[in-house]
Amino acid sequence: MIGRSLPLLTTLGWRNLWRHPRRTIVILFAITLGVWFMVVSAGMMIGIVEQQVRDMIFNLTGHAQIHHAKYRDDPAIEHSMPAPGKELQEVLDSAAVKQWTSRVRLPAVVMSERESRGVMLVGIEPSREQGLSFIGEPVVEGRALESPDDKGIVIGRRMAEKLETRLGKRVVVMAQDKQGEVADRGFRIVGLYQAELEATETAYVFTGLVTAQKLLGINEISEISLITESRENIDTLVADIRKAEPGLESMSWGELEPLMVTALEVYDNFMIIWYLIIFAAMAFGLTNTMLMSVFERTREIGLFQALGMRPRFIVGQVLMETLILLLVGVALGNLTGWFTTNVIFANGIDLSNFARGFEAFQMSSVMQFQLELDDLVTINILVIVLGLVASLYPAVKAARYVPVEAITRT
Amino acid sequence: MSTVTLKKVGKTFGEGELAVHALKDVDLEIKAGGFICLSGPSGSGKTTLLNMVGGLDRPTTGEIIVADKRVDLMEKGELAEMRLHNIGFIFQAYNLIPVLTARENVEFVMQLQGIPAEERHKRSSEILDEVGLNGLEDRKPAELSGGQQQRVAVARALVSEPALILADEPTANLDSVTAETLMDLLRHLNDEHGITFLISTHDKLVMSHARRLLQMHDGQIINDIQQR
Repeated sequence: MIGRSLPLLTTLGWRNLWRHPRRTIVILFAITLGVWFMVVSAGMMIGIVEQQVRDMIFNLTGHAQIHHAKYRDDPAIEHSMPAPGKELQEVLDSAAVKQWTSRVRLPAVVMSERESRGVMLVGIEPSREQGLSFIGEPVVEGRALESPDDKGIVIGRRMAEKLETRLGKRVVVMAQDKQGEVADRGFRIVGLYQAELEATETAYVFTGLVTAQKLLGINEISEISLITESRENIDTLVADIRKAEPGLESMSWGELEPLMVTALEVYDNFMIIWYLIIFAAMAFGLTNTMLMSVFERTREIGLFQALGMRPRFIVGQVLMETLILLLVGVALGNLTGWFTTNVIFANGIDLSNFARGFEAFQMSSVMQFQLELDDLVTINILVIVLGLVASLYPAVKAARYVPVEAITRT
Repeated sequence: MSTVTLKKVGKTFGEGELAVHALKDVDLEIKAGGFICLSGPSGSGKTTLLNMVGGLDRPTTGEIIVADKRVDLMEKGELAEMRLHNIGFIFQAYNLIPVLTARENVEFVMQLQGIPAEERHKRSSEILDEVGLNGLEDRKPAELSGGQQQRVAVARALVSEPALILADEPTANLDSVTAETLMDLLRHLNDEHGITFLISTHDKLVMSHARRLLQMHDGQIINDIQQR
């Protein structure tokens, strides 16, 4: 009966809402504000988390990596691996892989004439790093590395400060070679790079892959890093790589950075709790409004009953009014939320004044907003379903009126 | 054939010393097509009797049978369904739905019954024309006079062609001319459509239109008079 009378329910619901325009506008404002707050906070949280994930991936991790089986436990030179064989090469050159590169990545000490620091010496193929890691981006001073046999060194801007050196000066890099001897070589600083996090700038120094191999006396590499079109569908590719090269350790970004995966899960749960807290505040207003509305119309509900409206239809009528309120409020909330995150804060919020504080949380100094359809759907379903649940009490109360008492109520 | 049968129907409000016996063992039989008035002073039980017959309230004792069904034993949903298909109500205070137009008020019951829009529109046009509201279909109740509102209420009660129409003081808020016109209309509808009317009233004008007059006092029917 409710299905075929849906137009009647909708007409009554809509017109009843506008019997008290001020009250309807106030509750609509509350719903809109609540949804707006949910959308903006979701956009902010997704933006922060996504940026952290992107930074992590761009910070030499990639979507997946291949190493010698023991390299991750002990990144020593003896745990290097040969360049990819035929079968692995086929997988890496397949359409599933957007880009891949080989690196030498070993612990070293870098010394200036004043200071010395422990770092990771990374030998790279510069052209293959573009779009795959931050070192493929232009440097902020000097020049980027140009080829695998580039003999210059690129260090972080912060590292240059720590070493009290500058562009054009020479530094010495010392590392253990394949024979277990200390190998060293002087490098001229040809470029200074800037990373999202200062910690990165003091962690890595870069030279050409061939140059690093020559320094260490090896032909092998330490790792292969790759990216795909979507980081979500990496497991199949990793399985293919494992099949092609079972003796090596192949890991997805999630396996390489389990803390990040945990953080993402914590974020998901936190957001649901956060939405519920905001909704709880909204629900009080909604329930109260519908209770008032039902109470004021007791006589009319008695009339509905006298005319033959079944109790479940009366429940449906109150729920329909709530649904209309919720749909309008949710639509306005989504619209204003989208406008806030995608227009007003399209370029993010610059928090560089607090950058040091944010660095502790591995956060960028510019807070970007990002809205995902999944989260919007979650917010909308949550608000609508729970909103209807919140109005069940007034709806059931209305359906339980005794007709003769309700219709004589003045 | 009887449309309504009441057997030893009693209704008591409150308990103990505060108990009020609104109806006392009322026996009544109303045949299809009747035009019956319930008269009597305030508190005599007229409205209570109407409410019992309409399933708006439950008797404390006795049996109520409407259209061959025991109303006193029905669940809330069944009662609503019974009212929807068998009974039309006309109230003293018109009781129109303020947010709906005259036509929408008239179509309300038909919508609950699931009658298609085209059929609803045709029947509502006919009945509004019959009660003399042609041209006022799209007005909301607040835009109609008392007499016009009561005509809409009559049209609403009649449009789904129920077996029984219960009217509680239908002329109480109307001037004498409008009341006379309304009663002529009800009698005409009774004659034309054979619908049974049970009307509670203080109004001598209404009583004068009745074919059968039931006089009530202290919850009992004390006189059952056949008129014209």
